[in-house]
Amino acid sequence: MNEKPDKLIDKKGIRLDGRKADELRPVKLQVGVLSHADGSAYIEHGKNKILVGVFGPREVHPKHLMQPDRMVLKVRYHMAPFSVQERKSPAPSRREVELSKVIKESLEPALFLELYPRTGVDVFIEVLQADGGTRCAAITAAALAIADAGVPMRDLVVGCAAGKVDDTVVLDLYDAEDKLGAADVPVAYMPALNAITLLQMDGILEPAEFEKAVGMAMEGCKKIYEMQKEALKTKYMVVKEVEE
Amino acid sequence: MSSLVTKVRLKQIEQLLEKGKRLDDRGLLDTREIKIEQGLIEKAEGSARVFLGKTEVLVGVKVGLGEPFPDTPNDGVLTVNAELVPLASPNFEPGPPDESSIELARVVDRGIRESKCVDTEKLCIEPGKKVFVVFVDIYVLNHDGNLIDAAALAAMAALINTKMPNYEIKDGELKMKQGYTQLPLKSHPITVTTGKINNRLIIDPWIEEEQVMDSRITFATKEDGTICAIQKGGSSYFTPQQILEASKIALDKAAELRKKLDW
Amino acid sequence: MIGDFMPTFFEKKQLVTPGEMLAEGDYLPGENTYVEAGKIYASRIGLVDSDNKKVNVVALRAFYVPKMGDIVIGTVIEVGFNGWTVDIKAPYTAMLRASDVLSRPFKPQNDELSQVLTAGDLIVAKIATFDRAHDPQLTVGEPGLGKITRGQILHVTPTKIPRIIGRKGSMISMIKQETNCQIILGLNGVILVTGKTLEEEELAIFVIRKIEEESHTSGLTDRITHLLKEKKIGKVEENKVE
Repeated sequence: MNEKPDKLIDKKGIRLDGRKADELRPVKLQVGVLSHADGSAYIEHGKNKILVGVFGPREVHPKHLMQPDRMVLKVRYHMAPFSVQERKSPAPSRREVELSKVIKESLEPALFLELYPRTGVDVFIEVLQADGGTRCAAITAAALAIADAGVPMRDLVVGCAAGKVDDTVVLDLYDAEDKLGAADVPVAYMPALNAITLLQMDGILEPAEFEKAVGMAMEGCKKIYEMQKEALKTKYMVVKEVEE
Repeated sequence: MSSLVTKVRLKQIEQLLEKGKRLDDRGLLDTREIKIEQGLIEKAEGSARVFLGKTEVLVGVKVGLGEPFPDTPNDGVLTVNAELVPLASPNFEPGPPDESSIELARVVDRGIRESKCVDTEKLCIEPGKKVFVVFVDIYVLNHDGNLIDAAALAAMAALINTKMPNYEIKDGELKMKQGYTQLPLKSHPITVTTGKINNRLIIDPWIEEEQVMDSRITFATKEDGTICAIQKGGSSYFTPQQILEASKIALDKAAELRKKLDW
Repeated sequence: MIGDFMPTFFEKKQLVTPGEMLAEGDYLPGENTYVEAGKIYASRIGLVDSDNKKVNVVALRAFYVPKMGDIVIGTVIEVGFNGWTVDIKAPYTAMLRASDVLSRPFKPQNDELSQVLTAGDLIVAKIATFDRAHDPQLTVGEPGLGKITRGQILHVTPTKIPRIIGRKGSMISMIKQETNCQIILGLNGVILVTGKTLEEEELAIFVIRKIEEESHTSGLTDRITHLLKEKKIGKVEENKVE
C-alpha cells in the first residue's frame, strides 16, 4: 500500500503534501491546558500532536541529582504507543533518551539556572501523534509550558527544521520527506538573542546547502515565535474594561 | 499545595457529605460533566478522548498483525495497557508501570474481555498462523479523580471508533487491501466506580475525595443488566449491604449514561 | 529630561512575553526584567510599566520565593525527629523546629511531636530565616501565628496579593468589614477565610477571586465595593421574606 513515490518535489516546486519549498505546515498552539501541572502547552504542527506539562521549580528527586548552586532542568521526551504507524512499546527507546537530552540542552540557555539553587524543573513531553519534526515542535511547546509555569526566561525557545528533498532545500520536513529525503536539519532558536540552542543533522549536505537550510529554519522559527507570543498573550489576555 | 488533604479540608468534605452534598455542589450520586471526542489521532486505527470533569484520558487503538496464543488458535489478540504519564499529576513519576497503572489496565481489560464486546474470533485471519492484534493504550493526561471510569469510557469509545484494515488471502498469501471495516462490537460495557467516605457512598470521586475515601468498588455492566467485572480497591472494607447498594447504583448510572450516549 | 521620556518600545501596562525588548540605553532593569548588551528584556509574562528610569514587569504568573519576615500559610507534610516539614507552596520545603513551638527545652525521648502538629495540619507562620544554601525556617512564636482549625483556604497567584491588600490595606479591610470574616493573607498566595456563616465565607472568597481575575483593570475598587454592598443587601431581603 505504501509505494515509494518517484519524486518528493515536482517540476513546479510543489511537494507531495502540496506545499512550496519554503512553506511551513499549519501550527496551532494552546497554553495552560492541564489543571495539575504548574505550566502546560499543546501544539499541533502539521499532523504532530504534542502535549507538554511542567512542574517546578520544586525539590529534586532523586536527591543526588540536586545541585547546590543552581536549578536542574530535567526533560523527558516520550512517545505514546499509538503515536506512530507501527505501535511502539511504551518503554523509553534510545532515540527518546537522546532527544530528551538535546531538548534539555536547547531549553537550558533560556533559563536563569543560578536564580533558584537546589531546585529542579521537570518538563514532560508526550508525543500523542508523530509526523516528522517532533523534537522541534516539542521545544516550541515546552518553552511555552515553562513560561506558563512562571519560570523566568531570557526568551522563548522555538524549534523548526529544514532539509533537502530531491535536490531542493526545503523548510519543515514531514514524516515522508524525513524518511525519504537527503537531509534533515532540526534547529532551535531564541530570536531575541539571536541564539541557536539546538542543531543536528541527519543526512548529507554541501556547505552552501547547509547554510541555506539553517537560514531557512531560522526564518521558520521566527514565524512560529510570533505564534508562540500570541498563544501566551491569549491565555493571559488583559480584561481591558469590564461592562457593568 | 502538597497532595496531602488538610484536616480542615477533610472536615469540610465530611460536613458537606452529612448534608448530602459535595465540594463542587454535586449530589452523592451525581457524575461530573462528561465530554467524549473520537478519532482525534488519525494515525491510530481508533482513538477517543474523555473528559470526566477535569480528569482527561486519551486512548489510542493500534491494530497490528501477529500470531495467536497457542491455546487459542482461532482467536485474535486483545491487549490493554495503561500509562500514568508524569504530566498528569505531580505524584506520577516516569518509569515502568506501577501497581496503579497495572490495576487500571487490567480492570478496563476485564470489562472489555469478559463482556465479549470484541469478538476475538472475528480477528482471526488464518487459524493458528495469523491474527489481528488489537492494542488498546490508555494514556492518562490529567488526574482529577476516578481514572477507572474515565479510562474505561475512553477505551470503549476508542474501540467503537476503531477500523480494521481490509485484507484478502490470494494463493495462500496474505495481502492487505485498500479500505477499512469498522471493528465489530457485540456490546458496550460501562464502568461505574463508587467510593466510600465515612459510610457514605459517592460515585465518580473527585481527586480530593479519593485521597480521603477509605475504599472504592467498581462494577462494569452490559446493556442486558449483567455484571461483567468487579474490582474493590482501597485499604478499608464494604459491608455486604453496601456492596449490593453499590451494584444497584452502578447499573442505574450505566443505564443513564447509555441512554445519553446512545450506546 | 530623560526621566520624563517614555521608552519607545512599549506602552504603559502593555502585555509582554519573555524575551520582548522593553528599553535600551539609560534605563534600569526592575522586576521580572534582565539586561543583555545594554538592552532591557522581560523575563516573565506580565504588564510592563516604568517608574522614573526603572522598567518593571508586573508578572501575571509567578511562584512564591520565600523572604525573611513574610507571613505564609502552609501544610504540615511530615513529623520529623526535631520538627516538622511544611509545604509553603514554594520551590523549597520549609522547616518548623520543635524548639520554636515548645515553650521549654525540647527532649526527643519525652516529647511527642505528633501530638502538637501532624501531617495535614494547616499553620500560619513567619519565615524566620532563608538563604541560598538552606531551606526556609519557620516560626510560630508570635501572636496570630499557629495552627488553623477552621475556615476555607484558597490559592491565588502570589503576585496578586498586594492588589488584594489594596493601598494601605484599604481593599482587604473593606472585605473583612463587609463579610464579617477573618482573613489571613499568606504572601505565598495562600489565603485563609474564616467567617461565622458559610454564606459570608463564600462572599469573601467570591470577591477575592474577582480581584485576582481583574487585578490589572481600572475601576476595580468601585466594582468590588458595589458587589459587597449588593450581596449584603440581597441577604437582608432574603431574611425579610421569611
